[in-house]
Amino acid sequence: MRYAMAMDTKKCVGCSDCVVACQTENNVPHGYCRDWIVENVDGTYPELHLEIRSERCNHCGDAPCVRTCPTGASHIIEGGIVKVTHDECIGCGACIQACPYEARYFHPEGYVDKCTFCDHRVAKGQDTACVSVCPTRCLTFGDLDDPNSPVSKLLKSRKWKVNAPEAGTKPQVYFLI
Amino acid sequence: MKEELFVSGRNIPNIDPVLHIWHWQIPLYLFLGGLAAGLIFFATYFFITGKTDKYNVAVKISPIIAPIAIIIGLLALLLDLKHTQFFWQLYTTIRFESPMSWGAWTLGIVTPLSIIWPLLYLDDIIDYFDGKCKIITKFLKWVDKIIIGKCHIIKWIIKIARKYQKIMAWILLLLSIILGVYTGILLSAFNARPLWNTSILGPLFLVSGVSTGVAVIMWMARDHFEKISFSKIDLMLVAIELFFIIHMFMGYLASSEVQQEAAALFLGGEFTAVFWGFFVGIGLVLPALLELMELFGYKIPIAVPAFLILLGGLVFRFIMVEAGQLTRYLY
Amino acid sequence: MKKKTRRDFIKISAIGVGGLALANPVLDWVPSFLPKEKTPIDESKAERTPTICEVCFWNCAAFAYKGADGKVQKIIGNDSDLHSTGRLCPRGTGGVGMLYDKDRLKKPLMRVGAPGSQTFKEVSWDEALDYVAKKTKEVGEKYGYESIALLDHGTTAHHFEHLFKSFGSDNTAEPAIAQCLGAREAGFINTYGAGIGSPEPTDLRNSKCLVLIGSHIGENMHNGIVQDMSIGIDRGMTVITVDPRFSTAASKSKYWLPIKPATDLALLLAWMHVLIYEDLYDKKYVEQYTYGFDDLKNHVKKYTPEWAFTKTDIAPDLIRKTAREMANASPAVAIHPGRHTAWYGDDTQRTRAIAILNALLGSWGKKGGYYFPEKIHVPHYPTPHYPEPKWTWKDITKDKYKGAFTGVTNILIDASLPDTKLKHKIKAWYITATNLIQSIPDQEKTKKAIQNMEFIVVVDTMPSEITGYADVVLPECTYLERYDYLRTTRHKEPQIALRMPAVKPMYESKPGWWIAREIGLRLGLEKYYPWKDLEEVLDWQLKQVGTSLEEMKKIGVKTFDREEALFLEDGEEYFFNTNTGKIELYSTDLDAMGYDPMPVFKEHPQPEDGFYRLIYGRVPMHTFGRTINNRFLNDLRSENHLWVNPKVAKLLYLEPGQEVWLRNQDGVVSSYPVKVRITERIRFDSVYLPHGFGNKAKQMKTAYGKGAADWELITKVLIDDVTGGTGMRSNFVEILTDNPNNEEVKA
Repeated sequence: MRYAMAMDTKKCVGCSDCVVACQTENNVPHGYCRDWIVENVDGTYPELHLEIRSERCNHCGDAPCVRTCPTGASHIIEGGIVKVTHDECIGCGACIQACPYEARYFHPEGYVDKCTFCDHRVAKGQDTACVSVCPTRCLTFGDLDDPNSPVSKLLKSRKWKVNAPEAGTKPQVYFLI
Repeated sequence: MKEELFVSGRNIPNIDPVLHIWHWQIPLYLFLGGLAAGLIFFATYFFITGKTDKYNVAVKISPIIAPIAIIIGLLALLLDLKHTQFFWQLYTTIRFESPMSWGAWTLGIVTPLSIIWPLLYLDDIIDYFDGKCKIITKFLKWVDKIIIGKCHIIKWIIKIARKYQKIMAWILLLLSIILGVYTGILLSAFNARPLWNTSILGPLFLVSGVSTGVAVIMWMARDHFEKISFSKIDLMLVAIELFFIIHMFMGYLASSEVQQEAAALFLGGEFTAVFWGFFVGIGLVLPALLELMELFGYKIPIAVPAFLILLGGLVFRFIMVEAGQLTRYLY
Repeated sequence: MKKKTRRDFIKISAIGVGGLALANPVLDWVPSFLPKEKTPIDESKAERTPTICEVCFWNCAAFAYKGADGKVQKIIGNDSDLHSTGRLCPRGTGGVGMLYDKDRLKKPLMRVGAPGSQTFKEVSWDEALDYVAKKTKEVGEKYGYESIALLDHGTTAHHFEHLFKSFGSDNTAEPAIAQCLGAREAGFINTYGAGIGSPEPTDLRNSKCLVLIGSHIGENMHNGIVQDMSIGIDRGMTVITVDPRFSTAASKSKYWLPIKPATDLALLLAWMHVLIYEDLYDKKYVEQYTYGFDDLKNHVKKYTPEWAFTKTDIAPDLIRKTAREMANASPAVAIHPGRHTAWYGDDTQRTRAIAILNALLGSWGKKGGYYFPEKIHVPHYPTPHYPEPKWTWKDITKDKYKGAFTGVTNILIDASLPDTKLKHKIKAWYITATNLIQSIPDQEKTKKAIQNMEFIVVVDTMPSEITGYADVVLPECTYLERYDYLRTTRHKEPQIALRMPAVKPMYESKPGWWIAREIGLRLGLEKYYPWKDLEEVLDWQLKQVGTSLEEMKKIGVKTFDREEALFLEDGEEYFFNTNTGKIELYSTDLDAMGYDPMPVFKEHPQPEDGFYRLIYGRVPMHTFGRTINNRFLNDLRSENHLWVNPKVAKLLYLEPGQEVWLRNQDGVVSSYPVKVRITERIRFDSVYLPHGFGNKAKQMKTAYGKGAADWELITKVLIDDVTGGTGMRSNFVEILTDNPNNEEVKA
């Protein structure tokens, strides 16, 4: 199993529903977030291009955060989901320094917190909170090892890119362009 | 025109503008770790090579600074941990891929050994400070009388240590190199910070750490031979450091765009003045010149170059930690 | 041999890492006194209650889920609901923030001492309600109950409308009509004999072409439409967006027409010209269903694309190309009616042009165009007939604005002014769930009217600016703490939806129905309140349509069968509710009322040198001032930015993020500075400022003073001559780099 997410920049309107849904689902404290929206504008009026991306932890195939964690609090679970064990995290910040996507942050209680691909929902066969709420349905979550999963099909039929591939982390959030 | 902005999420104070999570504690810790590594390296090296008498201060006296530096450094590190109640989890596992993990274990062994070493020379140390500094002398005498005199376990440990001092020296020598390299590798293991992402950081930090150790020894040394010897060693280390620094920048400039951007911070960017002026200029070249002048017979108080070297080492680590956190792949 | 898959690779590397670590984790045990992580709630075990979102008018049905602590943890859309299809927008998802907003109104407040004094005291409900009833009676007996006006919004409005009708006033108006969609409704009523209504019945899921005229779907999160548009895009729908700003919708469009502001009607007329003179219109449809085609043909003859180019800056070629694109998609093409249509004072005529275009393309009543929405009739709980008011809003509105079909807020405000020329006067206001200071243009006039009122009562959940002008402030509980009437809106299938309290009202807040009823009882209107609480009413109503409160508490939404077809059959006979029984390309009603029977292009003023047209709009995470203090949503966006074209920025030496002030054509200066966003997304002759920011109510601590307020600068209002709606897009601003408010202090 290899979980991944495809994010369709052609459909996203940047409403940030994914951000709020994640916050209410995962008790993310006010002032913090596990996912966020980036907007890129290119061109000169009126020849313009706009790209909006909903970004989060890339659950990298080669996760530098897991590698640098001194206690094993950052670890990989079934499907390649990168997680942090609250009780093992000492709050050293090594993983935050190691992440090229800046996807991690210190929870106000001190431990490092991040997107979990809603593994508690996925385990029950549900979509992640952000995917299930997205009004434009621009987010697709699924198993890349299953060639018939919607996410596999999308990556086969559409052009895509990943963020900062040069960081060499094998990111698993794909942006359809 | 190109525009990139956060629509939402990241533009909140706790997350952005920059994930700047390491503050004064980490560079201080790296500095003190490097300093201790240098001190222990020379103490054990000259002990093993049988030059204890020639380098009296280096082997017997200055190692007392090492445990103090390490303990202050560890306290700084502990202060930096945000989930402090769980710090003990560091010692429930060894993760070889994580420099922080093997650094923690290295320190776990070095710290007690570095305390034992000066205890073996406590009398010499008391002699060294006697008449120079009352408080230290009094304290050391108290340690000698109460802790060593009344505590059998410590007495026994000292006995054992004396017996196997050569083995202990070998272990410490090895660990001091690991410790010195570790302070640099710690940073270079972080993929996401292009400035740190160079393997030369390990040897560079080792050399810089050793040179700060040398600075302390030559400052503390009393006889002219030891002073001049360490002054010469320091000159050599400065040369190596400059060589590494030039290589480091060559590496950045020949690398990916993000590393070129990282180098630009020092080549015209906001860290240019402080790096080349305070670190390379005042912290490396100036003390080297002073030492050269001394070699050619000018009278220069050794404390001046020593202090400058120490200051340079500290500034260097602050710059590297601060600037490294500014460099990034995205946004 | 088995191919080495990704899965194996992960396993191997996992083993590798595990092997490297010394038996990790060595111990799973952790001392129990150490802090624990808060885990997400289990939906299958959590208590859930149905609700209807009140964060905006779309009113999506949802379920509120409670955590173990009994607090509402999250709100998730109801899958059977056609408004949301189980997906709320960010504001709905963040609705919890409205419930637990610390700045909420908590207790009834009464102004202390003389009118105009600035202090309030907290009073008991009895004291507040007795006072409201006393003042209502006083004004009612002195000037007639008709002189009390209700300015309202949202679901709570129903409870107060009932109260008003019970004591004999029909002077009710929603800013949402005159300031927003009134013109659109009039435009379509005068064409099809039917308004658009809400949600807009566009069948975007099946459209081949969608045309947006200044409508920024995606920045307005009108949930169902946003979802449908996205599905349409997936299906390859062509989007054509007309907007001087490169809106999010424009970025999703095949054609973006960066129009010169205030010239939309020229483009619409030119499109008609192309469709007719290139023979592209749906001839069969037009022949069978429309009235006045030949008149229209003659009328638009002169409106060529070449002519339109001189007005709109859009190349004739592009006008033709887009018209053909629409015709190719016909009838599966929707020219969206928009929602906020109060722009330039000829708004009914402009939306009528949209209605006419849809008719030429044969999209009304067709798959991929407009469907016929249907609702289920839920009977009212039996109460006696309301008394007949001696005069109503019609008597002060209809002589001038003959096309008005409901109370017009700004006319009621005119009638409230001390020097009003209208034949009837308003003497007291009830205001529910609308912050009039922000929602009505020309705030100085609104304030003048306020000063002239004998009595103002505000019912709201938040201490918005308008509460500061009230004599009595009644704290209503939020939608998550109350029952309301059923949602029975029109849609593809008739549905009813229930809102019930997820938690008990917090503080001393009360549901709107309770407040209205208590005032009613104190006015001696017991006969209009033959029930104890709203549950009783709802249960009775639900039983009339074959369900029950008990069932609805479980399912939240119930769907009924349609009675009529969703679309017109090919060639089906159909009677439109107009004078001619046909779609009136030539409006006989408008003609009879003395208006242009067909839209005529009129020039609107353009900004002078140094001034820029102030375009306002939405950000998707806010319903204007209504959500601005919601911490979830405020975290997403706490302030607005002034969008400025790089050319303008260069001219004025502006830096990104620099704070500037705005001064409009009437010399009105913005109270707060606003940061500049230098972006290619806006035309050089305009600036853009999202609405709802620049809050001036100090009690709203999260939102206070952040960003700038466009509504302060909207002092020039162009009244729509048909409906009386307030066109707000003709305000021009200068960009000031020094704080002009300081200068005034110095002088």
